[in-house]
Amino acid sequence: MGYISGGRCLRYSYPIVKHSFLVKDPKELPSVINQAFHIANTGRPGPVIVDLPKDVTSALIDVDTSGEFTLPGYSIRKEGSLESIKEAASMISSAEKPILMVGHGAVISGATQEIKAIVEKMQIPVINTLLGKGCFPESHDLNLGMPGMHGTAYANMALCDCDLIVSIGARWDDRIAGSPSDFQPQAKKIHIDIDPVEINKTVQVDCSIIGDAKSVLNSLYGFLEKGNTQRWVKQIRRLKREYPLKYKKEGKLRAQHVIEEMSRLTEGNAIVTTDVGQHQMWAAQFFKTEHTRHFLSSGGAGTMGFGFPAAIGAQMANPGKIVVAVVGDGGFQMTLPELSTAVNEKLPIKILLINNNYLGMVRQWQHMFYDNRLSGVDLEGNPDFVKLAGAYGCKGFRVKRSADVRKVLGAALAYNDGPCIIDAEVEKYDNVFPMVPSGASLDKMLLSMPRKKLEKPKGGT
Amino acid sequence: MNETQKRHNISLYVENKPGVTIRIALVFARRGYNIESFVGSPAQDDRYSRINIEATGDSQTLHLMLEQLNRLVDVIHAREYSDEDVIQKELALIKVRCNNESRTEILQITGAFKCRNVDISDTTMTFQVTGKSSKIDAVSKMLDKFGVLEVVRTGKLLIARGKEETSW
Ligand SMILES: Cc1ncc(C[n+]2csc(CCOP(=O)(O)OP(=O)(O)O)c2C)c(N)n1
Repeated sequence: MGYISGGRCLRYSYPIVKHSFLVKDPKELPSVINQAFHIANTGRPGPVIVDLPKDVTSALIDVDTSGEFTLPGYSIRKEGSLESIKEAASMISSAEKPILMVGHGAVISGATQEIKAIVEKMQIPVINTLLGKGCFPESHDLNLGMPGMHGTAYANMALCDCDLIVSIGARWDDRIAGSPSDFQPQAKKIHIDIDPVEINKTVQVDCSIIGDAKSVLNSLYGFLEKGNTQRWVKQIRRLKREYPLKYKKEGKLRAQHVIEEMSRLTEGNAIVTTDVGQHQMWAAQFFKTEHTRHFLSSGGAGTMGFGFPAAIGAQMANPGKIVVAVVGDGGFQMTLPELSTAVNEKLPIKILLINNNYLGMVRQWQHMFYDNRLSGVDLEGNPDFVKLAGAYGCKGFRVKRSADVRKVLGAALAYNDGPCIIDAEVEKYDNVFPMVPSGASLDKMLLSMPRKKLEKPKGGT
Repeated sequence: MNETQKRHNISLYVENKPGVTIRIALVFARRGYNIESFVGSPAQDDRYSRINIEATGDSQTLHLMLEQLNRLVDVIHAREYSDEDVIQKELALIKVRCNNESRTEILQITGAFKCRNVDISDTTMTFQVTGKSSKIDAVSKMLDKFGVLEVVRTGKLLIARGKEETSW
């Protein structure tokens, strides 16, 4: 931080941090650091910057300097108002086709048990956002996976037909509510969130509860009366049967196949991280997440190059766990120098490189919406990733044929002396489906490449 | 969005620290709100400041913006005041062109508005006006025909009526 210190660093960061401090008096340091951790970790967590000018970092202070602080402008409503909790309970109890939408807020608050209790008592199907994956097990009969732009067909169809959506720490973002002003008008909406700013920000809701998901759900449970969702649950099961996620296992190697096999081999026990792009959406669809905090992706920030560094963090924090970084050939090259860190630390991360020789997600949009006029998306200059692994002293595997998937992934999982790259050379021109075009409503979902020309999308990749 | 481009009076009680103004201004900028006036001064307890902001934008966004202001760690309280809830004052200095013929008329007009004459030269007079912002608007409009050379205004100051404390 030294170089851009002395206030400048703060100036650049104002719009993207939760809070920031410029320490001028070294004696303030203990208090400021305590405040920084408190603010970063509580409420809706977020990054806090402490800017330390050089004279402060080299100053000596008395070890007994007080670390106490008060933050009169920072308070968190944890409990949620009883009145709105009761209102929500009666809406849920009387709904015939309710859906719980589990987001990152539910993960952060640790609401897994509370959600499970409500789902089982009330027989309500669950969808999870990209960052909500794993908070409620995806193998559960009532789980519909992820909805939205590249969500499962059955999740989107269920959303189109439901009469109540309960968002638990999910913010109706543009990948789910592409067209927020007319998002599922047939359904009533409840929003539970610790951040009051999220309420009615995009989608207007009928009932809001400001509070911590775990605490709110805990008290909500007591007011719920079992309604009648039998027919709804039957319908959900039918949708799951009739519109499964699918791809071909014959012919050219498919990214979906590699990812699904990795999911199967790791049995829900792996921590999965991703970059941004097609592989990320396929990971969301095919890596079944069973446990909370087992799927790490950059979410709304949409930062390519997130997957591998995130995997390093996950592996450091969980030495005994299998950590799989599902990365794109584009994104991986944004942060691959971290390979030295992983090699030095002997972190047995499995880097599952979905190598399609393209910035695949952008190519898909150019294909679908811009007459396949490709521009700036081919990655012809890619290195040989197995040789690259070797250059870093890292193990490299390659898989090119569908028939070899299980064998190669098995070998990679058995290798634990350090990181390894699995270079999966997959079909170059594959597109992610289902797809709801950006800015469109969920009933405009495409299950495969349409014949007729598509309109230009309203949003971006 | 345009149908409700209204002026809003927002009053804030904030930590008296560097950077607070930027954080507040960013909330307005992000939501496309135009700040018309911005007045800040230390509160009685000098660890804190009071800020009065007058801004134009749609009322729906305002609610969200107030939540965003209140979410800022350095903001203790932010709220909107309608004109009825508060006493509102502003001070302005108005410099007007004058000559021997117009001087008396100008003094009559400004006298009627209880303006104080704070400077006189051969060709100009400068007046101090205090009162509601609308009064200041009225004075400068009345003086327009003589040639208003400059108007410097403090921006709106607000204080809650009666026992209530502003911004709590
Ligand atoms: C840092 C950054 N730059 C650009 C983008 C825009 N973007 C989104 S997906 C994508 C392509 C990703 O390509 P790749 O990593 O090869 O993954 P694939 O889509 O092929 O699976 C791009 C460029 C982004 N999200 N982040």
